[in-house]
Amino acid sequence: MSHDSAASPEISFQSHHDDKAFYRTVKKVTIILSIITLIELCLGLLIYKMGHGSATSVLLIKGVITILSLAKAFYITAYFMHLGDEIRNFVMTIVVPLALFIWFIIAFLADGASWRDLRNTSAGSKPDATKTEQVQSAPAIEKGAEK
Amino acid sequence: MATAAVPVGTKWWSGGKSPFNLSYGKMMMWYFLMSDAFTFGAFLISYGTIRFSANFWPDPNVVFNAFPGAGHANLPLAFVSLMTFILIISSVTMVLAVHAGHNMDRKRVETYMLWTIVGGLAFLGCQAWEWTHLITGHHAVLIDGQIQEIGTTVTHNPWGAVVPGVMHNGEAVHQAGPVAFGGFFFGITGFHGFHVFSGVVINIIMYIKTRLGHFDQRGHYEMIEKAGLYWHFVDLVWVFVFLCFYLI
Repeated sequence: MSHDSAASPEISFQSHHDDKAFYRTVKKVTIILSIITLIELCLGLLIYKMGHGSATSVLLIKGVITILSLAKAFYITAYFMHLGDEIRNFVMTIVVPLALFIWFIIAFLADGASWRDLRNTSAGSKPDATKTEQVQSAPAIEKGAEK
Repeated sequence: MATAAVPVGTKWWSGGKSPFNLSYGKMMMWYFLMSDAFTFGAFLISYGTIRFSANFWPDPNVVFNAFPGAGHANLPLAFVSLMTFILIISSVTMVLAVHAGHNMDRKRVETYMLWTIVGGLAFLGCQAWEWTHLITGHHAVLIDGQIQEIGTTVTHNPWGAVVPGVMHNGEAVHQAGPVAFGGFFFGITGFHGFHVFSGVVINIIMYIKTRLGHFDQRGHYEMIEKAGLYWHFVDLVWVFVFLCFYLI
C-alpha cells in the first residue's frame, strides 16, 4: 500500500465489505434488534403485571430495560450507520462529547427528585399532608371557642 | 464492525486529504446528528426531571393500551411495538439501499428506497392514529367534585390516580393527572414525528434523483448514504422515545 492510499482518494465510495459478509451482518443485527425489542416488551408487560410503582424490583427491571435500549443504540450506530467502519479518531469525536449525557442525566434527575422531596415538606405545598392538616385544625378551633 | 485499517505512520494532519477519511458532507451530517441527539436528549431529560419531581405519574401501560379496530380491548404496548417494528424494518431496507448504492445498482436502490418511504409513511399513519385516539378518547375525571369527561391534551390529563369506589358508565373515575404529561408526550413524539416526516421527504427526493440518474452521472451514491444516516438516526431516537414514554 502506498503512503497516500489510506486517505486519497479521500472518499471511498465502495463498500467496505463483500456482499455475503454484508448480508450476514445485516441479518444478524436485525435479529438482535428484534430479540432485544421482544425482551423489552416482555419486561414492560411484567412491570404492568407487578403494578407500576417504585418498588425496588420494578426499578431494577426498568434499569435492565434501559441497558437493553443502550445495546440497541450501539447496534444501530455501529452497524446500520457504519460508525464502526470509520477511523478511530472520527469515532471518538462523536462518542466522547456524548459522555456529557452521563452528567446531564444524573444532575437533572437528582434535581427533580430534590424538588419532589421539597414539595412534600411543610415548606412546600405538601400535597399528601393537606388532609391531615385539616383534621388537626378542627380541634384547635374548638379550643379557641372554649376560651 | 471493523475500524478501518490504516497503515502505520500515515500523517493525517499534514494536509491534502481528509484527516477523518470522510467527505465533508458525510462528516457534517454526523455532527448535525450529534447536535440533534443533544436536542432530543435535553427534551427527554427535562421530561425525566419533571416526572421525578411529581408524586404521581400515569402508568404508560394504562394510557397506551388501544389498538386500531380492537375497540376497548386492553392491549398495553401492542400498538407501539408495531410502530417500533415498522421503524426497525424501514431501517433495514435503508441499509440495503445504501449497500446497493455502493454497488452502483440503481434498480435495487430504487426498490429499497421505495420500501423505506412506505415504512416511514406507515409509521406516520400509526402516530396520527395514536394522537387522534388520545385527544378524542374521553375519560371520566373527578374535577372539583364533579365528574367530567376529558381527553389527553397539552392542557388536560385524565390519567391521575383512580378515585376508589366511584364508577361512571362502567369506567373507573380518575383524578386529573399532571398536566405536563400531555405537553411532553405530544411535544417529544411530535418533534420525533417531524423528523420522520422530513426523513420521508428527503428519501422521496433521493428516490427521484436516483430515478433521474443523477447519482450515476455523479459516479457515486453518497447522497443515499447521507439520507441513510439521517433515517437511522430517526430510528435511534425512537429507541429512546419508546423507552422513556412507553416502557418505563
